[in-house]
This record gives sequence, C-alpha cells and structure tokens, in this order.
Amino acid sequence: MELTKDEEAALKGESGETLQLAYRILVATGEATDAEKLVPIKWAHVSGVNYNTIGDAGEEFLSHLSKNAKVKVQTTVNPMGYDIDNISNYNLDEEFIKKQESIRKSYEKMGVIPSFSCIPYEIFDLPEKGTQVSFAETNAAIYVNSISNLKTNKESAFSALASALTGKSPYSDLRKDLDSPNLTIRMKLDNPNELDLGMLGFFAGKIADSSVRISGVNKMDRRSCKSLCGGMGTSGRCGKFILDDKDADSEKVDFDKEEMKKIYDELNTTDSSDLITLGSPQLGLEELSDLTSMLKGKSFKKRCMIFCPRAIQNQALKLGYTRELEQAGCEILSDCCTCLTPLIDKKNVDGVTTNSIKGAYYLKNSNGVDVNLKPLSKIVEEETK
Amino acid sequence: MTLKIIVKGKAKGKIMKSNNPINFLGAVDKKTGTIRDNKHDMFQKSLKDTILVFPHGIGSSVGAYTIYSLKSNDSAPAAMICTKADLSVVSGCALANIPFILASQDDYDSLTDGDEITIDTEAEKIL
Repeated sequence: MELTKDEEAALKGESGETLQLAYRILVATGEATDAEKLVPIKWAHVSGVNYNTIGDAGEEFLSHLSKNAKVKVQTTVNPMGYDIDNISNYNLDEEFIKKQESIRKSYEKMGVIPSFSCIPYEIFDLPEKGTQVSFAETNAAIYVNSISNLKTNKESAFSALASALTGKSPYSDLRKDLDSPNLTIRMKLDNPNELDLGMLGFFAGKIADSSVRISGVNKMDRRSCKSLCGGMGTSGRCGKFILDDKDADSEKVDFDKEEMKKIYDELNTTDSSDLITLGSPQLGLEELSDLTSMLKGKSFKKRCMIFCPRAIQNQALKLGYTRELEQAGCEILSDCCTCLTPLIDKKNVDGVTTNSIKGAYYLKNSNGVDVNLKPLSKIVEEETK
Repeated sequence: MTLKIIVKGKAKGKIMKSNNPINFLGAVDKKTGTIRDNKHDMFQKSLKDTILVFPHGIGSSVGAYTIYSLKSNDSAPAAMICTKADLSVVSGCALANIPFILASQDDYDSLTDGDEITIDTEAEKIL
C-alpha cells in the first residue's frame, strides 16, 4: 500500500504514539485487503464499548489511549452494558459498573457522540450517496453498504477506531464500485418473515466472500432488513449484499426449507423460556410503533426486554409508545442491547425467546443461555394474554 | 511458498489447525483462550501458544478486542495463519503484535496439525 509522506511519518511515530498505533492498524488491514492507498472517511462508527465484550484489557487500553487521543471525524459508538438511567435496577456488581463507566468516559474524552447504538443508520442523518465511512458493528456496516448507498469496509473495532483518529481508511474492495459478487443465493421461500430473513443472512454469511447477491427477495420492511444484516454479520466476513433477480454469471446456491431448518436447529436450543428480548439490532421508531399496535389490549405473560437507542426512546416517550409498551409489560432499555448483555445471566435465566438471529448466537455462546427462536408475530400471539 | 506477511515477528509452537472459521467474540474465552462454541471443531481446546492455522475470522467486529485480551492475559496464540483476511483478526493481531500471515490455499494445505514450526518473518525461510 502506498502512503503519503505525512502518513509515512505518522507510521514512524513522528506524530506521536497514538497516531503511530492508528496507522499501524490501518497499514495492516490495508495490506491484508490489497488496498492501494488510504482514503478520507466522513464518519466512523466504533464498536467495543460494552465491558462484557472488551474486558479489563480493553478498558485499560482505552483509558491509556484517551489520555492523548481525539477523534478527527464524526464518531458514533456502539451500545454499552446497561442503560445509564436505571443501572441500579439490575443488580450489577460494582466492579462492572466501575469498569463500564471508565470505558464510557474514555470514549467521551476522545470526543465521540455518546450514541450507544448499533443502528446509527436509523438515528443520524445520512451523508450523501457514495460517501466513504468506517463502520465497525457488522449489522451497521452491511446495512449502510447494501441499503444506504454509503461505502465502508466491514471494519473491526480497532480499524474503525483508527479511522476515527486519522479520518482515513484503506481503500479496499467494498469501498469501490465493484458490484460483482461471485455468489448468488437464491431465496426459495415465499413470504419470509424477519426470522426467516435473519436465517437467510446467517446462511449467506457462512458461505459468501466479501459480498453476495441475493435473488428471490423483493421488498423487505426495515425489521426484516435489519434481521438479515444482523444474521449475515454474525456468521461471516461478508460486508454487502445486493438484491437482484437477474440471472447473474456467478455460482448459485439455494436457500430452501431444508437449509433453513439446519440453521434453525443450530440456533434454537430450547422450546421454553423465562424471558423475551427484542433487539439486536436495537429497535427503531417504526418497530416500536408496530409493536405498540400489535400489543393493543394484550400484555406479556413473562418479562419482555426491549432494546432501543436513547434517541428513539425519547421520541417514543413523546409519542406515547413508551407508556403503552410498559402497560403491556415491556421493559424498555436504552444505551445497551441483547448481545453480551450483563443484564441476562444464566444464574437467573434458563431460556430466552427472541426473533434475533444475532442475539441468539451470542446469547447461547457468550451468555450461556438457551434460546427459543420465534418471529415477532408469533411472540405476540403466543406469549401474551 | 507464497506467503504474505501482515504482522511481522518471530514465533515457535505447535500448529493447531482448524477447518472452521473463528468468531473470536462468540467462540473464544478471552481469559483462558479456550474455544467454548460446542459446534466448533476445536471445542474445549486452548489456543494459547499455538501456531493457529484457520481459514479466516468471522462475525463480530469486537473480536479484535478478544485477540488483544488474549495477549494481555498470556493466553494468545504465538502466531496466526489464514487464507483470507478478516479485519477483526488482522487488526487484533496488529495491535497485540501477534505475527499474522496470509497463505495461499496450497501453502495452507501443506500445514499439518500438531507439527512443531518456527516462524521468522525477517528470515529467508519464513516457516
């Protein structure tokens, strides 16, 4: 990869330790993806905020880094471990709270927008078509590449942070207009719900390279689309999908009932649950509005945790959704999400019902709880009175 | 051999070769380096001090922190070799100074699980 004189100097440490570290990361990721240069980016979205995911080593790294580091471009951040407004409701140990607060402060010290959301594309104004950004958080990277017409690599927590600190990112394939995926997945199921599309995403992620074409899916509502992006980001390294029914010159693989059952059996580990979670990705305003309508006259028979960004929660409060959802037995949480949440512990919870494929994978593998998968319509039908 | 050095360094250890990609955040215990995903072919094995050979990383962007944590907890692989680049693995190795090499499929196939090897990215013979 070719660097400018300034970039070369920064890599040698002439602009300080922080930028040297950032360029070391950018050069490694650039070389590994055959990028010929670095390009400017307008917006970085950084992951690695929840203490449960980054641990002591991550907390110490950020604390040290934030002493001298400042972000150069608009930078938003992923969810953390809890909702700042109701930390005391969840019996979290003091050590967790102390470390989580340290992480939050480190990011704020570096100048990020404290968004604590995994759906930045739903709560911020999007820049114009074709703008280069750097999004970690896999569902968001896939979403903005595939739906919002922005351009990003499927960044990592560190590569997006390096982009935030330098305003640059490697010019790798996903940033170029090379829309010729070498694989087409043919969706063979009619009228799929969001769970089916999440499983399609999980299936596609497993076998696709850096991008994939999907045929047989016409229109998706936002919930389904987010579910697909979440599933795809969890199982693979694929950073973009193109919905296209044209008979493309590429390898073709069918996603049919049999393939879907395999994914379902891999992720669905129980038929019973003591808790419902909605979110991962966090819910947007449309989804809260839909849910409010679906729950009219009903209430959940068990705890139901709903995760959404604070910006959305504030709007929902004004629109009256919050009151109606709470009356239906929902707990609405901001700043955090299902994935690796410390709020769900296998000591207190055996099984969780969710419609999130991404949530299911991490609940099982990281939180160690069993998962019961159902689409939202079925959750409302079967879990309310 | 067609090897592409991404993170320089020296390492020595036993090859641990997996046929499955790795989701570091979901599948690896960041303190002990043990694989905890019971669907993975290396379930319950430890990555510590191995030359970890696997197709590529997958999943969460936060997997980069898992790799950095493994190094801080003295549970990291001594080096990693993949056929494809995933930015979580690449950036995690870059920050943690874990030698990382991209190998062609033929070179990858020639690496055998359990073999003791030495890596020196500065030497004429890398592996």
